[in-house]
Amino acid sequence: MRRFWTLVVLTLHEAARRRILVAALLGALAFLVLYGIGFHFVAKEAAAHNVASAIQRRLIFTFFTLAGLYATNFLVVLSAVLLPLDTLSGDIASGVMQTLAAKPVRRSEILLGKWFAYWLVCAGYLALVAGGVLGIAWFHSGFVPPNAVAGLALMLLEATGFVSLSIAGGARLTTVTNGVVAFALYGLAFIGGWIEQIAAFANNLPARNVGTVASLLVPTEALWRLAAHLMQPRLMAELHLTPFSPAAVPSAAMVWWAGGWTVVVLAWGLRGFAKRGL
Amino acid sequence: MSTNAAVVETHGLRKRFGSKLAVADLSLSLAPGEIFGFLGPNGAGKTTSLKMLLGLIEPSGGEGRLLGRPIGDRAARAKVGFLPEHFRFQDWLTGRELLRAHGRLYGLGGADLEARAESLLARVDLLDAAHVRLRDYSKGMQQRAGLAASLLNDPQVVFLDEPTSGLDPLGRRLVRDLMHELKGRGVTVFLNSHLLGEVEQTCDRVVFLKAGRVVREHVLGGGDLALDVELRAEGLGPAGLEALARLGEVRDHGAGLLVRVPGPAAVPEIARAVVAAGAKLHHLAARRTSLEEMFLEVMGDEGRPG
Repeated sequence: MRRFWTLVVLTLHEAARRRILVAALLGALAFLVLYGIGFHFVAKEAAAHNVASAIQRRLIFTFFTLAGLYATNFLVVLSAVLLPLDTLSGDIASGVMQTLAAKPVRRSEILLGKWFAYWLVCAGYLALVAGGVLGIAWFHSGFVPPNAVAGLALMLLEATGFVSLSIAGGARLTTVTNGVVAFALYGLAFIGGWIEQIAAFANNLPARNVGTVASLLVPTEALWRLAAHLMQPRLMAELHLTPFSPAAVPSAAMVWWAGGWTVVVLAWGLRGFAKRGL
Repeated sequence: MSTNAAVVETHGLRKRFGSKLAVADLSLSLAPGEIFGFLGPNGAGKTTSLKMLLGLIEPSGGEGRLLGRPIGDRAARAKVGFLPEHFRFQDWLTGRELLRAHGRLYGLGGADLEARAESLLARVDLLDAAHVRLRDYSKGMQQRAGLAASLLNDPQVVFLDEPTSGLDPLGRRLVRDLMHELKGRGVTVFLNSHLLGEVEQTCDRVVFLKAGRVVREHVLGGGDLALDVELRAEGLGPAGLEALARLGEVRDHGAGLLVRVPGPAAVPEIARAVVAAGAKLHHLAARRTSLEEMFLEVMGDEGRPG
């Protein structure tokens, strides 16, 4: 285990020194500041004009909280893909990997050490940004989304999927190709998700199936939809009162599918890395 | 493993990249405590061979053993040191941190690792710069840090790929001395190098690799190298030349003649032949054929600059 933890610590150092992490943190901070100011005015407006019913106020606060979490999800996915993008391919290209792999270390330890380090970074990033959003919402409105823990866990699973994809791609592809592939797959899941939503809303079964297939191929976006569904009051979700109320709610099986998908992606990376000439 | 068993042993090791055969047939056997030189022009397959032995790339065929275990075996790698041609590591680490990280990757830790790291930093003359980040090291310092890192685990065999390429004369001397120290402790050194003068000074044995094949093996310091005798004589007629030609291969080298003879016993014979031919002998000097000359001879056309 000493070797594994040494690799984790080295990778955490590497991540901490990256400008991209600083950029991600500054981006998150700017977002939270803007979000805080926006929420402040929304809450003030709602209080000043004594906006209609408590239900309406609740609707507004839920909408704003989910919008914040939606942005959080996007930032976390972006970081999960970009932060570890070249941790393997970069070390292979620079020759650092030769020194690492010639040590009595399993190739799988190298890959999993890097994976775990970037997973920690992304989990921390999610905790920071989502914690900020939920804190701001609670501070201004006293609103705490239902099932927040389950929702955040699903967002973390989505981030885990993208960290795994980025690392596994880095074990097999060059940095640029890896980035293109990861974002193409993210785009596929994103568009597939919307097709599924619109088709469900319009009751178009063939189109909905296309969306479902996309979600099966890349199940990460479905996790966000399930998280969004869980983190709003049941009535709002069922009446589709916010843009974050999915028309087609992914089932619990999708969570298992996404977990399995992540394991398969990592195994694909491990297999490629074990055979790769360095 | 008994002490006499081969440290590195390969039979017909082969590596193909697509249609290109990088290593065609590598059969080697290295003894404990031997300094072994692996020579060849650029692209001959030296680095590819070394990477196969270290498990960095998978051979396409043949077999190899390292310290009695199949190549690529993790337990064998625990007793191996490796300095790549361009040593690179996370350059935000200081020299001391580099050695600690490498030591942990070898499974070392605690006071043992600290003591070992400090003594190696001193040995490669980096103790004063141990707190400086690698990115502020000169190329030579980086190479020395890499060398220290490759010796942390007290290896039984060390693979050095062009270890002196970025070093100044003092650094080269340090590496040379270190190799002799390792040999003294029974450590096998596998040296890839272009610097034939250095190889000549350090290696016990060399093989020449050409187009992925071992084309010649040569034991250094064994006295079996041919001698080149430089000769300047006046009035050496056809009979004299004929007599010299019987002793060895005669070439004109501008200022005089060069006679390649099989060994030192032929040198007085040459003097005798010149005098017997009635010529005046002005200059006679015998020198061993240099490794460089042998290299150029073995490589033929491939001896062109690569």
